[in-house]
Amino acid sequence: MRLLIKGGRVIDPANGLNALMDVLLDEGRIVAVNNDLPDDDAEVIDAKDKIVCPGFIDMHVHLREPGQEYKEDISSGSKAAAAGGFTTVCCMPNTEPAIDNAAVASFIRERARKTGLTNVLPIGAITQGRAGNELSEMAELVSAGCIAVSDDGSPVMRTDIMRNGLEYAKMFALPVLAHCEDLNLSRDGQMHEGYYSIIYGLKGIPVEAEEVMIARDIMLTRLTGGYLHVCHISTRGAVDLVRKAKKEGLNVTCEVTPHHLVLSDEAVGTYDANTKVNPPLRSWEHIEALREALNEGVIDCIATDHAPHHLESKDCEYILASPGISGLETAVALIMNELVHPGILDIEKMVSLFTTGPADILGLDRGTLSPGQVADVTVLDPDMVKTVDPAKFYSKGKNTPFIGRELKGWPYMTIRAGKIVACAGKIV
Amino acid sequence: MGFEQKKDLLGLRELSREDIELILNIALPMKDVIKRDIKKVPTLRGKALATVFYEPSTRTRTSFEIAGKYLSADTVNLTVSTSSVLKGESLRDTIKTIEVMGFDLLVMRHSMSGAPHYVARNTDMRIINAGDGANEHPTQALLDIFSIREKKGSLEDLKIAIVGDILHSRVARSNIYGLSKFGCEIRVVGPSTLMPPEIEKLGVKRYYSLDEALDGVDVINVLRIQRERQQIGLFPSLDEYANLYMISPEHLLRARDDVLVLHPGPLNRGIEISSQIADSNVAVINEQITNGVAVRMALLFLMMGGARDEIAN
Repeated sequence: MRLLIKGGRVIDPANGLNALMDVLLDEGRIVAVNNDLPDDDAEVIDAKDKIVCPGFIDMHVHLREPGQEYKEDISSGSKAAAAGGFTTVCCMPNTEPAIDNAAVASFIRERARKTGLTNVLPIGAITQGRAGNELSEMAELVSAGCIAVSDDGSPVMRTDIMRNGLEYAKMFALPVLAHCEDLNLSRDGQMHEGYYSIIYGLKGIPVEAEEVMIARDIMLTRLTGGYLHVCHISTRGAVDLVRKAKKEGLNVTCEVTPHHLVLSDEAVGTYDANTKVNPPLRSWEHIEALREALNEGVIDCIATDHAPHHLESKDCEYILASPGISGLETAVALIMNELVHPGILDIEKMVSLFTTGPADILGLDRGTLSPGQVADVTVLDPDMVKTVDPAKFYSKGKNTPFIGRELKGWPYMTIRAGKIVACAGKIV
Repeated sequence: MGFEQKKDLLGLRELSREDIELILNIALPMKDVIKRDIKKVPTLRGKALATVFYEPSTRTRTSFEIAGKYLSADTVNLTVSTSSVLKGESLRDTIKTIEVMGFDLLVMRHSMSGAPHYVARNTDMRIINAGDGANEHPTQALLDIFSIREKKGSLEDLKIAIVGDILHSRVARSNIYGLSKFGCEIRVVGPSTLMPPEIEKLGVKRYYSLDEALDGVDVINVLRIQRERQQIGLFPSLDEYANLYMISPEHLLRARDDVLVLHPGPLNRGIEISSQIADSNVAVINEQITNGVAVRMALLFLMMGGARDEIAN
């Protein structure tokens, strides 16, 4: 099927493009990006007043399958991704059983292939069963299609094991995606430690719980020459540590979630468990630092940490609730509304944070509109205004603290391998 | 929004000075009722009140129960252990069960901060927070403020020291929120490991030295120390705690001559307060308990729809 995306503003950071152009797709590949391409017998998509980008990549999602299909499965998660403007997602291995062997990784790839909406790339566990004691068989994981390793959801608390993980993953050029949290400091913590944790009487998680582990892992990266990617950074000190490591020339990258960029710890005051997330929502001082770091290039990509939960694990006492936010279907609109439209983040920069950023970290042959590439395209409507309504989510996880928020700037169309999979937030 | 328009009493943070004064003023005639020969007034006849305590408590629960009974409300106590809830019924279902039995008001104690707020959102019953985790204990602070006002006449410009485990104390938080609306100078003192970060942002002065904190104070509110805090490494021993923070006659020399000593009870004699002080006439600990019943009667009266003039005589 030939598709001609006509008259949109094409933003393709890898090729330095930001201009009104047409994009021609055929047989699942990008054919041409140029002015006034002839429509021939192609189906024409009018992209006037739209922004045409390489397909967005979310390198940090939890699809819950196998094991917790009542929270999410690969089918519902793929739909949520497509509706949210993502053509590729990387799923974390904290499933049951964990993705620590080829069988589980292959199962996920096969389920995703059958669903067919989104390119789903599994992330293998660093340690067997994510227990933090013995390395998983990384060669086997790579052969089954894993593109990185992580014990996300938990830190690798043992410093010797983390050292070995970074060292061993280096052989396969696998980035180690580190969930940095010192459990001895964060234990029983419910929210960011600071003014609001005193006021709300909830046990605080100090920023140091995150920062001491980032510092440790950066030192281990120096020791091993491995590749460290820090998941969901949320503090000013974390930004400083990563900046310094990059200046030193270490192989260190990091990501930030939309919720850590737009929502502060004050929101916990209603004791609505939808505000409970790990790392916790921080104070404005930290949010400002994260925003600066986006523009400065210290932060390499935006990733949702999409963490769907069923109603019962959020409709309860705050302390009993599971942490996490269902993020795939609000990520783009939150960034557009809160950062791009107010002029805090440049639109080109935003596109790179969702495309070349994650592609470069993971070494993916995606994230650009270069002719010959897989035809993954995300079309944004910067002027569309919609209210966040979790009842309309494709994700089984309705857990969002952004319910009822009116946002401007949404994904308009998601094209995966040359096929339209979602339009105006609806799966096609 | 004035107190009479509010559905619930979840904390003192959201009350105004006028709200608190309204409650304290109604507590005055209530205290007279307690002292009568015939203590029962018919004000809340036909109303039903349930207390649900997810944490052990004797005095607070008994205080609410007798307050309801003096006002002729039907009062039922439910004891639920947190562990059974973790295994079984959700909080929401438990509360719904109580609601559909027809109760008008629920008094709730829970070990988790925010649990009453969660319940309040999910029920039509009115909720009184009888203590939630480390968040608030509004009725304790109201009775503390009532007791101080009664003895001192006014709250303006008083210097008040709160001593002990500030970090985990809902009594401290509610007292800070309440007293700071009356222009008091509030000092908090305790070991650094039991002091919340950034506590000064609540408008209080922070001390580690007891003697410095007690210098010239009008009121000392002594918090109960929980022994399990020592076991998780927050302070070295009860002996060292007592050496540093126990309120004893020699420390009182620092305070004003007419100093009042409050304690929410139950007392750890010889740890946070010496027996000489607890049993002396500077301590108003027993009177606090009476005042607690009066303040709770006032709240039940305001929240369960008694007519104002019914109580006047």
